[in-house]
Amino acid sequence: MHSYRLSHIQQLESEAIFILRETAAQFDKPVLLFSGGKDSIVMAHLAYKAFHPARLPFPLLHVDTGHNFPETIQFRDEFVERIGARLEVALVQDSINSGRVTEEKGADASRNALQTVTLLDALEAGNYDAALGGGRRDEEKARAKERFFSHRDEFGQWNPKNQRPELWNIFNGRKHHGEHFRVFPLSNWTEMDVWEYIRHEGIEIPGLYFSHEREVFERAGSLLAVTDFITVRDGERVEKKRVRFRTIGDATCTGAVESSAADLDHIIAEVAAARQTERGTRADDKRSETAMEDRKKEGYF
Amino acid sequence: MPDNELSTLPENGELSAVDLLRFTTAGSVDDGKSTLIGRLLYDSKNIFEDQLEAIETSSKSRGDDNVNLALLTDGLKAEREQGITIDVAYRYFATPKRKFIIADTPGHIQYTRNMVTGASTANLAIILVDARKGVIEQTCRHSFIANLLRIQHVVVAVNKMDLVDYSEEVYERIVARFQEFSSRLNNLVDVSFLPISALHGDNVVEKSANMDWYAGPTLLYHLESVYIGTDHNHVQARFPVQWVIRPHSDEYHDFRGYAGRVAGGVFKPGDEVQVQPSGFSSRIKAIHAADGQLNEAFAPQSCSILLEDEIDISRGDMIVKPNNPPEQGQDIGAMVCWFGDQKMRVGGKYALRHTTKEVKAIVRELSYKININTLHKIEDDQEFGLNEIGCVQLRTSSPLYYDSYKDNRITGSFVLIDEQTNETVAAGMII
Repeated sequence: MHSYRLSHIQQLESEAIFILRETAAQFDKPVLLFSGGKDSIVMAHLAYKAFHPARLPFPLLHVDTGHNFPETIQFRDEFVERIGARLEVALVQDSINSGRVTEEKGADASRNALQTVTLLDALEAGNYDAALGGGRRDEEKARAKERFFSHRDEFGQWNPKNQRPELWNIFNGRKHHGEHFRVFPLSNWTEMDVWEYIRHEGIEIPGLYFSHEREVFERAGSLLAVTDFITVRDGERVEKKRVRFRTIGDATCTGAVESSAADLDHIIAEVAAARQTERGTRADDKRSETAMEDRKKEGYF
Repeated sequence: MPDNELSTLPENGELSAVDLLRFTTAGSVDDGKSTLIGRLLYDSKNIFEDQLEAIETSSKSRGDDNVNLALLTDGLKAEREQGITIDVAYRYFATPKRKFIIADTPGHIQYTRNMVTGASTANLAIILVDARKGVIEQTCRHSFIANLLRIQHVVVAVNKMDLVDYSEEVYERIVARFQEFSSRLNNLVDVSFLPISALHGDNVVEKSANMDWYAGPTLLYHLESVYIGTDHNHVQARFPVQWVIRPHSDEYHDFRGYAGRVAGGVFKPGDEVQVQPSGFSSRIKAIHAADGQLNEAFAPQSCSILLEDEIDISRGDMIVKPNNPPEQGQDIGAMVCWFGDQKMRVGGKYALRHTTKEVKAIVRELSYKININTLHKIEDDQEFGLNEIGCVQLRTSSPLYYDSYKDNRITGSFVLIDEQTNETVAAGMII
């Protein structure tokens, strides 16, 4: 007896590839947002599979805060070359230099919020009408209601009360001039699914995700790495610890976790036993209970 | 599935054993739906410390006595302030046996639209009934929608059993009443009943110590073990073309792959196929997934199909098999649920999206509406607005290749779009 069944990972892969192809077909000029983090690596990998053996029908766009772990950039460039994609980089520093945004002051300063302006400017400058992102609904409560095809008005704003219903697998990407969409092919994936998929596909990811020794200090419950972009305050003690990162974003607000997980099997075991969500290490979400919802309304990813 | 049949099969045996169940929850405002979902997540250890801390803080600041599990699923600031849920929210949890996706739909006035949306991708629906109130109008409405959307599996969860002293008699009365009225709903093939208390956790994840008279499974056990293997159509071969892959490279000079997601049936290399609307025939040369060739492809796999002959095929075309082709025509009768703020215009034109194809459609006639609380047909009222369900006759600008929704949820469904606002204004199921 033949049973026609797909495992949950195969179903999620099939769904994501379907969404990527719909995006290419329904929009004039899509772009895939690529941060070098694991979710965007998985996205680019899926896009490679969706259009193979042709090249990706859209470029990758990195909104670069300038506050990177050096490993991330090296990895990004090698990865892009390997899948034969085009990469565009939008620098937050350029937005600061041109006076579009003002750098935050103080020891807590982060460029995370500034990214939104750079992103919206880059989308406008490139005439992009759909931006593919690696956002997942399990990440944060404001994302639980996000659509696969998320409509943004001409100001790039998300209105949670005015999103189009998505039925079966029919996606409505019609829009007026000046409006655009954010598209989230990984909507139905969880952190665990992403890790299992990385293991299953043998996808390479930056070394920051694996346990390594690093100078860190504790601030507001997060373990932050000592880098050139962050000022250690009086009373904060810098220690060398074995850590790894669960998400890789701006170096000023991405917290590390103490971990000895040095390979994927151990990471998956650790994720399975985790008592904190992965965004629990993100200082930007801790600013207020509705931090993510507020940022999304402004046009944040 | 035989070994080595699919190159995309996980090498990891543990992984392939885990499948995916999508379910939707239906209940009216105070039926305890959010509490039930919170309880499922909490008792199955799918809540993280930081999430629990956040809701503990919120519960205290609201003056709740206990940790309010419902807060786990109340997403947005706007909703918390008003104490309501806007729209469909999606939740995820997993047990060693299955991964679950919950489409959590709110119980207020927009309910029909939201439940139809949540139900469109669900394998199973949980219909909550308050044990104190029994089967009420809203229960009928939820059951009708589950029936209309052809959700194969329905669980009627009689909640708040703690408030009726865990009475078997109350429970049995509700079961009998539900069975009596649902006998008119022909598509509900697999209906299960469960007495629960979401607040205290009886029969949700843990077996209740308060209802010895109930010998059935807990809700989670049922969700983990219900058989969903036949939910896709694996008989009638349907492949809507999404995108044509043409590399234009030296290595793949003549490569032309028709990319899409199988909507029904099984495709194999060597199969004779027909392409709609041109009607040309060919054979499948190969089926590609990016990491290798497939010996077969079935719903809902994404792949690309290569044909022996060069035929002009583009997005919106459908690859089928000649021995069981889809229906074709421009006159479509459908059950439609209206989503738009503006009423449907009889004689009006809309854009119609069906699989990967978009055509224009004129509404020729509203045959009847259904009172979804009583299931009565209404034939003398031509006003058709938000949250209403009725039978509509459409004429399309070019032929559709379709199946009846009862045979195939993908090739039997469509949406209507208002061409001025670009909003999705209706969901349709072809009769």
